[in-house]
Amino acid sequence: MNKALRYIFLGVVLAIMSGPLVVVCGVSLNAKKRLFFPPEGLSLRWYVELLTQSEWLIPVKNSLTIATSSSCIALSIALPLAYFLWRYRVFYARALFTLGISPFILPPVITALGFLSFWVTTGLYGKMIATMISHAIFFVTLPLVTIALGFESIDPAIVEAAETMGADSRTVFRTVIFPMVRPYMISGYAFAFVLSLNEYIVAYMVAGFTVETLPIKIFNALRYGYTPVMASVTVVFVLLAALIFGLIGRFGDLPKLLGALNPENN
Amino acid sequence: MIGEKPRGLRAHLPVIYPALMLGIFFVVPFGTMVAVSFFHRQPGAFYLPGFELGNYRALYTALFGRVLVFSLFLAGLSAAVCVSLGFPFTYFITRMQRRAQVVWLVILLSVLSLSEVIIGFARSLLLSRTAGLSNLLVWLGLMDQPASWSPGFMALLLGICYLAFPYTVLVLYPPLSRLDPARPEAALTLGASPLRTFFTVVVGSLRNAIVAAFVMVFVFTLGAYLLPQLLGRPQHWTLSVLITDQAIYQSNMPLSAAMAIFFMAVSLLLVALTMYAGQEKRAAGP
Amino acid sequence: MSGLLFQNIEKKFGSVVAAREVNLHLPHGKFVCFLGPSGCGKTTLLRLVAGLETPSQGRILLDDEDITRTPAHKRNFGMVFQSLALFPHLSVGENVAYSLRIRKIDKATQRQRIAELLDLVQLSGLVDRHISQLSGGQRQRVAIARALAIEPRLFLLDEPLSALDAKLREEMQLELRMLQQRLGITTILVTHDQREAMTMSDLVVVMGPDNRVHQIGSPLEIYRNPSDTFVADFIGTSNLIECTCTGAKEVQVGDTLLEVAEMPAGVSRGTPVILSVRPESIHVLPFIEKGKNRFHGRVAFVRDVGSSVEIYLDCDGLPLTSQSTPKGRPDVAQGDDATAVLPPESCIVLKS
Repeated sequence: MNKALRYIFLGVVLAIMSGPLVVVCGVSLNAKKRLFFPPEGLSLRWYVELLTQSEWLIPVKNSLTIATSSSCIALSIALPLAYFLWRYRVFYARALFTLGISPFILPPVITALGFLSFWVTTGLYGKMIATMISHAIFFVTLPLVTIALGFESIDPAIVEAAETMGADSRTVFRTVIFPMVRPYMISGYAFAFVLSLNEYIVAYMVAGFTVETLPIKIFNALRYGYTPVMASVTVVFVLLAALIFGLIGRFGDLPKLLGALNPENN
Repeated sequence: MIGEKPRGLRAHLPVIYPALMLGIFFVVPFGTMVAVSFFHRQPGAFYLPGFELGNYRALYTALFGRVLVFSLFLAGLSAAVCVSLGFPFTYFITRMQRRAQVVWLVILLSVLSLSEVIIGFARSLLLSRTAGLSNLLVWLGLMDQPASWSPGFMALLLGICYLAFPYTVLVLYPPLSRLDPARPEAALTLGASPLRTFFTVVVGSLRNAIVAAFVMVFVFTLGAYLLPQLLGRPQHWTLSVLITDQAIYQSNMPLSAAMAIFFMAVSLLLVALTMYAGQEKRAAGP
Repeated sequence: MSGLLFQNIEKKFGSVVAAREVNLHLPHGKFVCFLGPSGCGKTTLLRLVAGLETPSQGRILLDDEDITRTPAHKRNFGMVFQSLALFPHLSVGENVAYSLRIRKIDKATQRQRIAELLDLVQLSGLVDRHISQLSGGQRQRVAIARALAIEPRLFLLDEPLSALDAKLREEMQLELRMLQQRLGITTILVTHDQREAMTMSDLVVVMGPDNRVHQIGSPLEIYRNPSDTFVADFIGTSNLIECTCTGAKEVQVGDTLLEVAEMPAGVSRGTPVILSVRPESIHVLPFIEKGKNRFHGRVAFVRDVGSSVEIYLDCDGLPLTSQSTPKGRPDVAQGDDATAVLPPESCIVLKS
């Protein structure tokens, strides 16, 4: 296709994607407590407020706790399952894999409602542990898919090579398989972490009134009138996500993680 | 060592924990929801165990029908917009240098990870009277005074497309990046113009991937819950909103469970039909 | 018996037989090639030696010790894989030292051994390089050094050179052979490239598409005296001519009688046999000459590639190929009448 046209198209998409973020960034730097763009006077006071007022600090802490632990649980489910699937090709491993992918593919409100009815029944409705486990299951797809990709990338001859050099199966796992899969585990963890941090509907349905996460807090704040702190939260979130994905892109093989076949040919 | 059959408890050890976790916390909740949809509503508490079809009968209302149709229409429209914009966009990305690809992917992932809340907030800000795009246009002298463009249907559609666009690109990325670059080149040497090549060879050979992407994005946008509330008027509320409203604010879990199951059945049916149509076309084609 | 012994080995994958009735004795210190077309079971045979597969039947003995069921990691062999199978997460030095690390050998000895091995394969100075930073030839050398780290009892190579380009492959062949001669290590190489097998080995084991061993012998023996038509055709090129036995040392093709070197046992007058003649044994005369061991025909094509000349003759429907040096080039051109002379000592008779 025409080169100039292509750049115009890409530029327009970039502008549309970054437009809202530019506005939010501008608003977050406003000096006055009103939402103005372009900003009237520059100040960082809304960032300071985010980090000092307990009204915002508690949701930040909740979100970080939930994201950290739920992605740990998700990883702990995904790693042995992906290993088993790679090591033994049996139908029930495939079935479990499909089960691990479905929470992400169904409309989230359905999964969320399933969790709600489950936690109400078990009496854990409104507890943080419910949010943690729900997020772990909801996002288990991400580490599962990335780690499975990591196992797939191991040439079976590499395992055999280690065997001919004197490694028994436990040593092979410790010295070859695990180190080779580790980058994929880190990526999978990061994906689950970032998405958990931003997730609304499951967290809201499972414990929305008692365990306030950042997205819930922002939405509640939106209902009762705007405050520039919301803009500063947004900026921090975007930067955090960009930083994490940027690190994966820098040290990992992002095109391959997202499904490209021969990244090196490009 | 790889690809053999597992023998004995020892070999199955690694799979027991994931199976239990997924079974207890995904299969059981799902089953619970199905069960609850047949339970009796108990005002004050969540539900009373029992078996009745009343919840499903209660779905047969004009409101539910209208919301269901609107949800499907909105999801279909935004999926169509996203795929038709996302396909050429993804194609361009996959033809770039690796380094440039990584930068674009990082941007897309960052936008994708943004919560609906943040997107809704940013969008409503952008379309608002005090801090929005219209101020920029006034400043440029293109408009007389700032205007508010949100809430409204266009604002909602824009927001949902914004939410779904990165997802669309990521769904289309694997098949497009695996497209043999020699194929469009072959078409060019055979005398097809670049535009014609794109439509006949690239689009043509990836028709299945496009159908699959449409379905994935359709289901993804069906899940939008906050955007309709933030960017739309009440008549633009989707089924996700209605379900949550019933479950949380009306405390009518059995009804919301019945809605969710009906909703899932309808969307699965539509997905199956789309897939089937896509395959038919392929079978009938050359 | 010292050396490696295969006793009546058979290997099946499900209902597919990958190798059958293999009986071999490979003496110490030799460079052995398993040669055959793809799918003939040569790689399976090597994997049986390495312990990566267990035979369905039969035994493998190394110096009278039965190793048939010894797991791969207890055999102390060194193996180079077709894909090389280098560890991408380890550096060159760490790759080479892997088997030493597994055996908990102290760091100082490891370092010393790495230096020796890298010196051996001419990669000194690349210890800390990442595998992805190496060229194809360098990776090859790392894989070889890694397999030799523990001074293995057997050195096994599974088509290790197939990914290299032609020129580098020939260089590596010579280098590998000289390395083996210097270390005196018993080596088995799997290849489908007969030129590679001829260049490198003391002993060639030719396997056929029926998954059996067809012939074992030195490269020259196999070239000069192929045991059957498959070997004659697979190793180098051969003119294979259908004919009938008419005497103790005589066969007939159409009206032409040919005297041959020897008649295989069990062939009597009237039996149909195959005559195998190497192209370089056939002389071409630029005129018609009658007599025994002579065919008349027309020159169909002359291929002159500088270092050698090939003449393709059409003798009343019988195609014959002759090869000569530029010096001995017969004075013929496409379309000329000519005579092909097949010396009796080069006429090998094979059972059909």
